[in-house]
Amino acid sequence: MIRRLFLVAAAMLAVAGAAEARTVRWAASGDPNTMDPHSQNVGTVTMMLQQVYDALIGRNRQLGLEPGLALSWTQVEPTRWRFVLRQGVKFHEGEDFTAEDVVFSITRALQPTSNFGIFVDTIDRAEAVDRHTVDIVTKSPDPILPNKLASVFMMSKSWSERHNATRPQNTRQREEMHTVRSTNGTGAYRLQSREPDVRTVLVRNNDWWGWADAANNNGNVTEVVFRPIASDATRVAALLSGEIDFVMDPPLQDLNRLRQAANTRVLEGPEVRTLFIAMDTSRDELLYSDVRGRNPLSDVRVRRALYQAIDIQAIHRTTMRGQSVVTGTLFPEQVNGYVREEDVRLPYDQARARALLAEAGYPNGFEITLDCSNNRYINDEQICQAIAAMWTRVGVRTRLNSMPLAPFFAKIQRDDTSIYMLGWGVPTLDALYSFQSLLATRNGAQGDGIWNYGRYSNGQMDALIQRMKTETGDARQAAIRDALRLYREDVPHIPLHHQMIPWAMRSNISTPHMANNQPFFRWTTVN
Amino acid sequence: MFSFIVSRLLQALPVMLVVSFISFAMFAYVGDPVAIMLGQDFTEAQRQALVRELGLDKPFFVQFMTFLGNAIQGEFGLSYRLSRPVAELIAERAPATLELALCAAVIAMAVGVPMGVYTGLYRNSWLSRFFLTFSLIGVSLPTFLIGILLILVFSVWLGWLPSFGRGDVVRLGWWSTGLLTWSGLKALILPAITLGLFQLTLIMRLVRSEMMEVLRTDYIKFARARGLPNRAVHFGHALKNTLVPVITIAGLQLGAIIAFAIVTETVFQWPGMGLLFIQSVGAADIPVMAAYLMMIAAVFVSINLIVDLLYYAVDPRLRIGRGRGH
Repeated sequence: MIRRLFLVAAAMLAVAGAAEARTVRWAASGDPNTMDPHSQNVGTVTMMLQQVYDALIGRNRQLGLEPGLALSWTQVEPTRWRFVLRQGVKFHEGEDFTAEDVVFSITRALQPTSNFGIFVDTIDRAEAVDRHTVDIVTKSPDPILPNKLASVFMMSKSWSERHNATRPQNTRQREEMHTVRSTNGTGAYRLQSREPDVRTVLVRNNDWWGWADAANNNGNVTEVVFRPIASDATRVAALLSGEIDFVMDPPLQDLNRLRQAANTRVLEGPEVRTLFIAMDTSRDELLYSDVRGRNPLSDVRVRRALYQAIDIQAIHRTTMRGQSVVTGTLFPEQVNGYVREEDVRLPYDQARARALLAEAGYPNGFEITLDCSNNRYINDEQICQAIAAMWTRVGVRTRLNSMPLAPFFAKIQRDDTSIYMLGWGVPTLDALYSFQSLLATRNGAQGDGIWNYGRYSNGQMDALIQRMKTETGDARQAAIRDALRLYREDVPHIPLHHQMIPWAMRSNISTPHMANNQPFFRWTTVN
Repeated sequence: MFSFIVSRLLQALPVMLVVSFISFAMFAYVGDPVAIMLGQDFTEAQRQALVRELGLDKPFFVQFMTFLGNAIQGEFGLSYRLSRPVAELIAERAPATLELALCAAVIAMAVGVPMGVYTGLYRNSWLSRFFLTFSLIGVSLPTFLIGILLILVFSVWLGWLPSFGRGDVVRLGWWSTGLLTWSGLKALILPAITLGLFQLTLIMRLVRSEMMEVLRTDYIKFARARGLPNRAVHFGHALKNTLVPVITIAGLQLGAIIAFAIVTETVFQWPGMGLLFIQSVGAADIPVMAAYLMMIAAVFVSINLIVDLLYYAVDPRLRIGRGRGH
């Protein structure tokens, strides 16, 4: 009898336990390479670490700024920002979160081995004013510092020192650093176990400060199990068979099937990533062309001709199966500075393209090689194939040189290209990031023109970028608008589309779609 | 015997050297690890610092000699991609690949040999015809397609077996095994079949033709004439004599199974060395790729050595020949 009672009690406990534990099994093609918050600035790392670590400033569902570990921030002087910190916050291993940790984390992100330079490039130093107030001093006025700090995670000073991890991993070291596989954040989830390339398990941190705001942070997930699955077909199969609940990067050709399957659904949304064609506008003679003695791409008429030869709607319909947002500008509307009036394409017009080429002195066209990655963006190789065919049709005989991302980026970063396709995300969600990296004249300074492999250089553009860096308010917005107009008129790039990122999941999962392709499980519910 | 082993080992050295040179030379074409490591934001100064740090600014031969010097000491450095010691990464993945390869080999032998015997004995039965047709599929379909078909049928439609991963593993010292848990065993079935199918059909066809060959020989006829039961003739006399070439081929194929588990591991997200290699190629992670290729070369060299030694033990002519000093 007692034994039976005991069994009943055990069964009841088991049922209660089952109701409590809500697990999301999550898959994507790539695994995070490290758990160090300042080492590698790539999406796969951030998508995991943003569950575990908090930044001073958070982002809401629309990617707007909201208080994170800092409750408020003000620009007390042009080069001094003051942050008032949240009190009573503890790291997962029990340390109190204080101003010292902020100073430490900013300093750590400033180390040469950090990959997060772009987010702290204007910072001179951080100073603790008192236990819960921090001043960040910048070298020059930086109007978008809060946008940048939303990407800098806060670590515990004492924990990092104890584990000899005060700098991000140095590749020359022979020893693995503690932070490569261990974390100690303040975030909504704690890292419970990590087997690289196999399984990463996060469990809910019930002491997280954000759960108090239950209306906003309404997630009920108690455990997140991340499993990387590299093969597209297997990832979809695992979702269909119910072994996985949530897939971040389902292949486009399987979307219809996932929409029609009984237990799965597809959540669609735009990504803050824009694909465009960039080209060598600076050399006197192109490296990969049959034109001798002059550079056809330095002539805006030729750039326009190539632009107007592209039937972007066909690419949208056929190559992308509708999963793209056609654009005529440099970044999508989520980015600060977007102007709808400037988001207009030059019309698709083959006759006009041929006329422009003739006008520019190339009535018979010319030959050119288009460099393209084949495993970096959604359907990148197919897009380039389509474009090569379209250009060839108006007389610009295009040879396609497509390769995996490792050799592709190595090649274009040597400026060893005449024309290439690139996709660009905007983690700061501010126009400056795109203009500065892609269109500023390269001058060796952090950020300026580092991805400008066509070495486009336009004094007018540089002046506008300078204004974006220093001015604030309406004057700054006006500078961005002028730069967007110049972008449209001078055609330094041929814009193509913003990527759409479909997320596929079991029907009992609901989570807000995030345009930076970074899910937040604090907002995820399992029914 | 001892001098034979030493001479074989000395012959293996130049092989390893050439393999390491070729693989190292290939890395010039897989792309620039620096571009991958720096991510989207960096300065020219940071780029050059990293190039210097990795020693990529040195001439090719200096890089190669440094690599070789470290490799001899078993020091393959830190993975560019994962910031972890390469030797540790490979040691961590080796059990998964070896278990998978061994299971695939066992399946291939355990199923392939009986099927071969059956089709050799009953050449015209419908079951033999079925086996032969089936073996044609195993030979002609590419591995990834077989894997995906199995996933579709057994995971998506029937829901019996997991479509990816290794299930739960048990750690025995540094070795992690999936053979001791129910989920680990279930996870092993589909990848082992996928990996072993080609070898299975190969062994089946080999046993079949050998059986047919042997059954025609005089000593089999003689055994039958003596009135021995069929079972004794088929298994005691015929099969035993077919097994020598079968074992040789199976041994050599084991190396191939380990080396070419890459495709199967990718399809099933099997956390072995092949998957590690593929991911390293994607990130131009030279230290891991180099160590992996060296290790595979070492596996082949040592398997060949063992096979040579087996010949030496099995074939008396080899021993006598050497003994007479020819």
